[in-house]
Amino acid sequence: MVRGALGKSYSDGEEIIRQGNVGESMYVVQSGRVEVIQSTPGGETQHLAFLEAGDFFGEMAIFEKQRRSATVRASGQARVLKIDKKTLLRRIREDPLLAVNLLKTMSHRIRELDAELSQCRGAGT
Amino acid sequence: MSFSRQSSVADSFADFEGNESRGFALEDGSRIAVVGGGPAGSFFSYFLLKMADAVDLDIEVDIFEPRSFHRCGPAGCNHCGGVVSESLVQILAAEGIVLPRSVVQRGVESYEVHMDVGDVAIASPVQEQRIAALYRGNGPREGEDARLESFDGFLLGLAMDWGASIAPRLITGIEWPGGRPELQFADSASAAYDLIAVATGVNSQFINLLEDHPAGFQPPKTTRGYICEFRATEAEIREILGRSVHVFLLTIPRFEFAAIIPKGEFATVVMVGEDIDEELVQAFLTDPVVQSVFPTDRIPCVCSCRPQINLGARKRPYGDRIVLVGDSGVTRLFKDGIGAALRTGKAAATTAIFHGVSREDFRRHFWPACQAIARDNAVGRLMFATNEIMKKSRVTRRAILAMAQREQATTGARPHMSSLLWNMFTGSEPYTEMFKGTLHPGFIRHFLTSLAASLKPRRPRAGPV
Repeated sequence: MVRGALGKSYSDGEEIIRQGNVGESMYVVQSGRVEVIQSTPGGETQHLAFLEAGDFFGEMAIFEKQRRSATVRASGQARVLKIDKKTLLRRIREDPLLAVNLLKTMSHRIRELDAELSQCRGAGT
Repeated sequence: MSFSRQSSVADSFADFEGNESRGFALEDGSRIAVVGGGPAGSFFSYFLLKMADAVDLDIEVDIFEPRSFHRCGPAGCNHCGGVVSESLVQILAAEGIVLPRSVVQRGVESYEVHMDVGDVAIASPVQEQRIAALYRGNGPREGEDARLESFDGFLLGLAMDWGASIAPRLITGIEWPGGRPELQFADSASAAYDLIAVATGVNSQFINLLEDHPAGFQPPKTTRGYICEFRATEAEIREILGRSVHVFLLTIPRFEFAAIIPKGEFATVVMVGEDIDEELVQAFLTDPVVQSVFPTDRIPCVCSCRPQINLGARKRPYGDRIVLVGDSGVTRLFKDGIGAALRTGKAAATTAIFHGVSREDFRRHFWPACQAIARDNAVGRLMFATNEIMKKSRVTRRAILAMAQREQATTGARPHMSSLLWNMFTGSEPYTEMFKGTLHPGFIRHFLTSLAASLKPRRPRAGPV
């Protein structure tokens, strides 16, 4: 129990979720910074994003039973709160507007991916 | 997972058109008064303004709150134990509300249950600090130097960030000229509104002003709780209470349960029972089990109160252009009042923005959220009544303790009793879910085995595992 702290503490480089594992929770960064990375089929590791306090990740596990698409690890000391699938889905059933907050972030990420894809296509032509 | 039918877009549009013609829809320039700036009032205002922004509706929200959450003691207090449940911490995070470290006095990951037959420490099922111990106001009397930050002040700040105005005025009356609410103030001024959200809890005089309302608001059944703040140094509190919240299940007459929550250099004692008076408080504080955990002769009490606690639901916490949210209307039995404030506040805000502010709108879209809480409370009453019966027998007390101790000591054991105790005390799960857990064949089998073992004579009081 640490004064003023919620969630779990992770040290620099420590994995919070691992690509390929089955997930049952999503996570919200409480403090510090985490890094999202992805292993390519060729074995290379690609940096995807840094997330900070208030950002969430792993939300795809809430809506579909797929393996984690990326690894998330602490970048420096970070504190992260786990949100149970059951708790969240029960609440979304009562209050569907709760899902809007998640949809906003997912929509924002799709928009970013679209922009990156356009850039890649532009660079390839 | 099955999803219940929600109102469709077509339903909402039909409501919106119907209400426009009757004048019950909020429109640009509508004015909303929120009476009470505790969690229910702040959540209602925050969601109302956020949703209004999403649909490009320009409304004004005035929150009437005479207290200042920057002041210590009764002047800035909301008379509450100050625990945000595990499920609520998660829901707030999913809503995008991250509690700052300055507001959370302690992140909690274990509870210790104390009975006359022994103790058991129950760890969080996820080994994570997901319960927040905090101060609703700015801390207890004489806490000016402790640099505490108020949870209620933080929530009020969120509502203000979305455009709510704070009015520290005293409301002396409410009139309904032409069916619209008009608040009257101590300086003889008045102000008309399109909607009044009452979020005063049950410890305010404002609620009496509604007695003459044609909707006939019937007060909910209440009881008195007891809250006391003890102060020592942070090191002493840590030495005495360790890193857990301590819960007591004792056989003192009229006593339901009590918890001691460490918060830095303070420890909050919260007690629930029947008609709590000085005699019951002393019986608890001087009980040998309590003294063995928390020697009150070493730590002085600096602030105490006996607030009223809502035990039930108002029959109809709404009317045309008025809605009662949080404790003023419906709350969860003994637990998670802040969670109920979020649920009812958001349901009322959603109704006002997407449906309208008529009595019928609130009946159709707000009342179901209140009824869900009230139905769950009925199951909660059954569970507390069962607990009361179980508590009376030393054999059943020993069985409960032995089962929980065994689960905590065995890696990989399914924590039937531990989960029940954890959820009963933390308020994380609905009572209905806890009740379902007690019907699990594994729970029944293990409890009967523990019951049989408890019939054998044993030494008194074992230490925590």
